[in-house]
Amino acid sequence: MYLKQLTVFLENREGRLDSVTDVLAKNDINIVCLALADTSEYGVIRMIVSDPDKAKAVLKEAGCLARLTNVLAVSMEQKAGSLNRLTKTFTSEGINIEYMYTLNSSREAGSMIIKCSDIDKGYEAVQKAGLTLVDPDAAYSM
Amino acid sequence: MIWNEARECMSRDEMANMQGARLRKLVANVYHNVEFYRKKMQAMGLEPGDIKGIEDITKLPFTTKNDLRDNYPFGLLAVPKSQIVRVHASSGTTGKATVVAYTRRDIEAWQECVARDLVMCGVTKEDMIQVAYGYGLFTGGLGLHYGAENLGCMTVPMSTGNTKRLVTMMEDFGATAIACTPSYLLHIAEVIEEMGVKDKLKLKTAICGAEPWTEKMRLQIEEKLGIHAHDIYGLSEVCGPGVACDCEFHKGLHVQEDHFYAEIIDKETLTPLGDGEVGELVFTTLTKEGLPLLRYRTKDLTSIDHSTCECGRTTPRISKFKGRSDDMLIIRGVNVFPSQVETALLEIEGVSPHYQMIVDRVNNLDTLEVQVEVDENVFSDEIREMEALTKKISAALQSALLIAVKVKLVEPRSLDRFEGKSKRVIDKRVFED
Ligand SMILES: [Zn+2]
Ligand SMILES: [Zn+2]
Repeated sequence: MYLKQLTVFLENREGRLDSVTDVLAKNDINIVCLALADTSEYGVIRMIVSDPDKAKAVLKEAGCLARLTNVLAVSMEQKAGSLNRLTKTFTSEGINIEYMYTLNSSREAGSMIIKCSDIDKGYEAVQKAGLTLVDPDAAYSM
Repeated sequence: MIWNEARECMSRDEMANMQGARLRKLVANVYHNVEFYRKKMQAMGLEPGDIKGIEDITKLPFTTKNDLRDNYPFGLLAVPKSQIVRVHASSGTTGKATVVAYTRRDIEAWQECVARDLVMCGVTKEDMIQVAYGYGLFTGGLGLHYGAENLGCMTVPMSTGNTKRLVTMMEDFGATAIACTPSYLLHIAEVIEEMGVKDKLKLKTAICGAEPWTEKMRLQIEEKLGIHAHDIYGLSEVCGPGVACDCEFHKGLHVQEDHFYAEIIDKETLTPLGDGEVGELVFTTLTKEGLPLLRYRTKDLTSIDHSTCECGRTTPRISKFKGRSDDMLIIRGVNVFPSQVETALLEIEGVSPHYQMIVDRVNNLDTLEVQVEVDENVFSDEIREMEALTKKISAALQSALLIAVKVKLVEPRSLDRFEGKSKRVIDKRVFED
C-alpha cells in the first residue's frame, strides 16, 4: 500500500548525479520521477524507480549511500484547488507534510508523492477524504 | 601464554644488566662503524668507555627522522651492504623516503618480537591469521607475516585491496585472527555486515596498528565483531610493527625492551621524564646490526609504566598514544589532536569515525573543516534531519576542541585511504619562514 522511494545521498561534486543515473541505466532501472533537494554542501535525491530494491542494491554495490523510504502516492484531478484539498486533508488531521513532489502529470489527471510525519495516519486521512491512492506497482511501471 | 618467559618476565635488575651490556656493545659499534654517530659523540666529548650501564643512556645524542633523510639511503649502516638481507622504506609525506635495512639477525629479532606480541594477543600456532597490511616497502605486511610464520600460524598474505575476497576467504578458510590497520578493520566490519556472514566467521582476534586509534574505537571494534582487538605498535625506523603490543588486560602496550629501550622525554627541554608523565617516546635499538639507532625521537606522545602487569610480564607498558607531536595541530593557538575528533565522533550514536580534517587559513584566520562520512545508520531522506546531524556533530566537536568547526557530510568511503591507512589531516596553511 505504500510506495518505496529510493533516496540517495550526493555530495555536490561534478559528475555525482551522472554516476547514479549511470548505475541505474546499466541495470535497466527506469526512473519514473525524481526530485532533488540540496544544500550548498550536499544533496539528497528522491526517486520513484521501476525496481526500488534492486536499485538500492546496485547503488550500494557501486559505493553509493542509498536507502528506501515509505511514501504515499495520491491521485489528483487536474483542476484548481486540487492541491489545496490534498494538503488540507493532512493538516486537518494534524499530520505534517515533510515534502512532496510530482509523480505524474497529464492534461486530465496528476499524482503527487507525499512524505508525511506519520505515514499510517496519512494513509487513513487520505482514505477518509475519499482521495485515490496510486497502486505501488502501477507507479513503478509508469 | 607467554612466548618468551625468560625475557618478558625477567626481573628489573636482570633486565637492566642485560640492557647495560647490550648498550655498551651498541655504542662501541656505532662509534667505530657509523661516521654520523662518531662525529656526534666526538662533538659532545663522549667516548664509548663513558657508557658503563643503561643509566648512562641519557648522555648519548638523539637521532631524528631528518638524520635518516640526510643520510639517505645507506649512510647510517653499521655493516657492509653485503650483510643486509632486506630493505624497507617509509613514504615521507614531505621530501625523501626514509630507508631502513636489516641483517639476517635483525629479521630474526623482529619476528621474535612479533611472535611475542601475537601470543600476547592470545594467538597460538593453532590459529589462522590473515595479514591485511600492505605488503611491500611498508613494514606492516612482511613484519606481521614473518612473525606469524615464526609462531607457526597458518598465515594468509591478503595484503590490502579486495575486501570482499578477504571476507569470503575469512569465512571459507575459518580464519581466527586478522592483522590490519584499525580503520581498515572497521571497513572490513562494514563489508562483513553487508555480506551478512558475521555468524559464519570464526574470527576471534584482531591485531591492529600502523595508525593511532583511541580506546573507544578499540572497544567499538570488539563489540561490532565480537572479538578481542589489540594494539600493536612499531615504526619502521626502529624496526616495524612489534616493538610493543597490549596484552589481554589492555592496560598499555608492553615494550620488547631487551631489544628496544624506551625513554620518555620532555619534548621542549629533552630531559627524561618519570613514570606516568606524558612526553615524547624515544627508542634505542639495543640489538640491531644493520641500522642501529641511538635515542631515536619517535614524535609519539605517551607515558610509561614500569610496574609488573597483571599478566605477569615485567616489560614496561607505554600508554595508548595521546597523539604524535607532529600530528598536533595548532589552530588559532589551540592545540588540536586528530584523536580528539575521533573520540568526539564515536560519542555520537551511529556516526562513523571516518573523518578528515582540513585546516586552512582564510583572511589570516585559521579554519577547520571536518569531513565526516555519512553511513546508513544516520542517512535520512529529510534534509532537516541531515542538518540537525551536522549541527550535532559540530557542537560535539566544538566542545571537544574549543574552536569553531565547520562540519561537512561526505559520501561513504570517499575519504582517501592509502594502504588501508586513512589520511586524517590536510593542512593547507602556508607558513612563511
Ligand atoms: Zn579485549
Ligand atoms: Zn600485560
